[in-house]
Amino acid sequence: MSQFAINLLFVGASFALYIGIAIWARAGSTKEFYVAGGGVNPITNGMATAADWMSAASFISMAGLIAAGGYANSTFLMGWTGGYVLLAMLLAPYLRKFGKFTVPDFIGDRFYSRGARLTAVICLIIMSVTYVIGQMTGAGVAFSRFLEVSSSAGIWIAAAIVFLYAVFGGMKGITYTQVAQYVVLIIAYTIPAVFISLQLTGNPIPMFGMFSTHVESGQPLLTTLDEVVRELGFRDYTADVSNKLNMVLFTLSLMIGTAGLPHVIIRFFTVPKVADARWSAGWTLVFIALLYLTAPAVASMARLNLLTTIYPDGPNAPALAYEARPDWVKTWEQTGLIRWEDKNNDGRIQMYNDANADFASTAEARGWAGNELTVNNDILVLANPEIANLPGWVIGLIAAGGIAAALSTAAGLLLAISSAISHDLIKNIINPDISEKGEMMAARISMAGAILLATYLGLNPPGFAAQVVALAFGIAAASLFPALMMGIFSKRVNDKGAIAGMLAGLLSTLLYIFTYLGWFFISGTNMLANTPDNWLFGISPLSFGAVGAVINFAVAYAVSLSTEEPPQEIQDLVESVRTPKGAGAALDH
Amino acid sequence: MADDKANAAAYWKANVRLITWSLVVWALVSYGFAILLRPMLAGIPIGGTDLGFWFAQQGSIITFIAIIFHYAWRLNKLDKEFGVEE
Repeated sequence: MSQFAINLLFVGASFALYIGIAIWARAGSTKEFYVAGGGVNPITNGMATAADWMSAASFISMAGLIAAGGYANSTFLMGWTGGYVLLAMLLAPYLRKFGKFTVPDFIGDRFYSRGARLTAVICLIIMSVTYVIGQMTGAGVAFSRFLEVSSSAGIWIAAAIVFLYAVFGGMKGITYTQVAQYVVLIIAYTIPAVFISLQLTGNPIPMFGMFSTHVESGQPLLTTLDEVVRELGFRDYTADVSNKLNMVLFTLSLMIGTAGLPHVIIRFFTVPKVADARWSAGWTLVFIALLYLTAPAVASMARLNLLTTIYPDGPNAPALAYEARPDWVKTWEQTGLIRWEDKNNDGRIQMYNDANADFASTAEARGWAGNELTVNNDILVLANPEIANLPGWVIGLIAAGGIAAALSTAAGLLLAISSAISHDLIKNIINPDISEKGEMMAARISMAGAILLATYLGLNPPGFAAQVVALAFGIAAASLFPALMMGIFSKRVNDKGAIAGMLAGLLSTLLYIFTYLGWFFISGTNMLANTPDNWLFGISPLSFGAVGAVINFAVAYAVSLSTEEPPQEIQDLVESVRTPKGAGAALDH
Repeated sequence: MADDKANAAAYWKANVRLITWSLVVWALVSYGFAILLRPMLAGIPIGGTDLGFWFAQQGSIITFIAIIFHYAWRLNKLDKEFGVEE
């Protein structure tokens, strides 16, 4: 059987599974559509939330980022997991107790203001739409590489599949497909990692293999890796960073941003009890950790594998001849994600850090005339099975896994968008008299509209897609998270304080990002060059979300304290969300 | 009613104290051991590198899981002690 046929079989089988689930789990009421009826087991919800959260970025890009940056990029590992601690203790159980359907629901009721609800809806839509673009393009890349269709056709196929189970099944359909998608993606991620770990260290568990002895060199794997990259002029893989303030703030922004993402928060509305929401956050992190503890191992092993492939006899001996390159280099060259240019015309592949001035003399002595191989970080995970010479079915599995990661996140985001439109905008602001049936129809229509918009943006991605993901985290950290937390932990913050805080956090973050990345990301309109010398106190635009959150808190308190207290019934509402008792009653609104 | 209110306030105070301690541990392993205090832990070798690196790439995640499960277990017990469980 050809590789193409195997890939088709795996991806086709996974699609058949998702559609089967969609038919089985059709939503019959708005409660089923928005929160899957509120009866999802906490472990099941944990698995679904893990798939919801782990996007194409986690599955495809993260290991490549860590491989390239080493210790410095540990920020992604800590930042994208530590947010669940905040979610479990500061938000999820209380919002579950509140017992409504959406995130703006809570902000609108707690701050007794349509303005606050509307601000929350706008933040939610900006964040979720920008996120969805990345998922659609990610699915497109996976399709075009493994199924030999154009990436546009891939995006249309992905949209059609999501349409089937999200529009008909709502949260109920999405939940159970996400469980299936989690299983597919975790198997796809771990199997190649186990084989690579066995080959390099003899240890079958990648997270332990990473810290054990490299079979070939007889010393710890990370020591070998440090030596190899140093010989090529790169920074040590485990080297410490000098700008610690920025590293702390970037990690904090990712954590707060994660806890403030509406599509993640609403998943905790689906469990039966408040106590379940607490457990469920723990289970979510367990399922996420299965991938996140494997990713750093994949990163270090793949980097070492790549460099030893290019320099089979070490960096001081002649490099690999281009004609002798392995098959996986050839396949990925066709996609343009690996490129080779023979700068010194010796027919061999040299890969080193040609930006390092101290290393230039060594490179010259070796007869090197510049780095000749560019490898896109994103191919690392996708090419892993080929690099490790694994059988064809593992490659098929990776294809299905990458697509599952993109689709599960896209579906979660689309649900957050459609419920904000049908429930918050239509039901609560425009037409409160809408019937249950009418709201259901509105939810399905806005879901379909959101899918079309996402497909359009996936086909015509704005040039700034990469920066925009950072924007989504910045907005979540600076606007929604502080508002939600103050709504629960303070009885004193009132409508004026909350709105002023959200706007101050949002605008200061946007201002800082636009200053360095250009107004609305139009290149050339930035007022300062985006280099560490220009950053305020060395804080990168990507790290500013945490500062925006602090501004939000400060402004909200200052404004609230100088204006009147919230009315008594709002203070009672805060008292009520703080204790689990009576959650059943709160749900039937 | 007054008793209910006092009870709810005491429960909330206990909850906030538990959250505070959990967040201290959360910050210590990630911002502390993995980033700011890494040079201090450089003397403790682990698998070809130092303890700070391990916390940055694995240890903090494992601790996060432990914090959440500990919090859920303790607070579910507090719910019963204060009689505010569902």
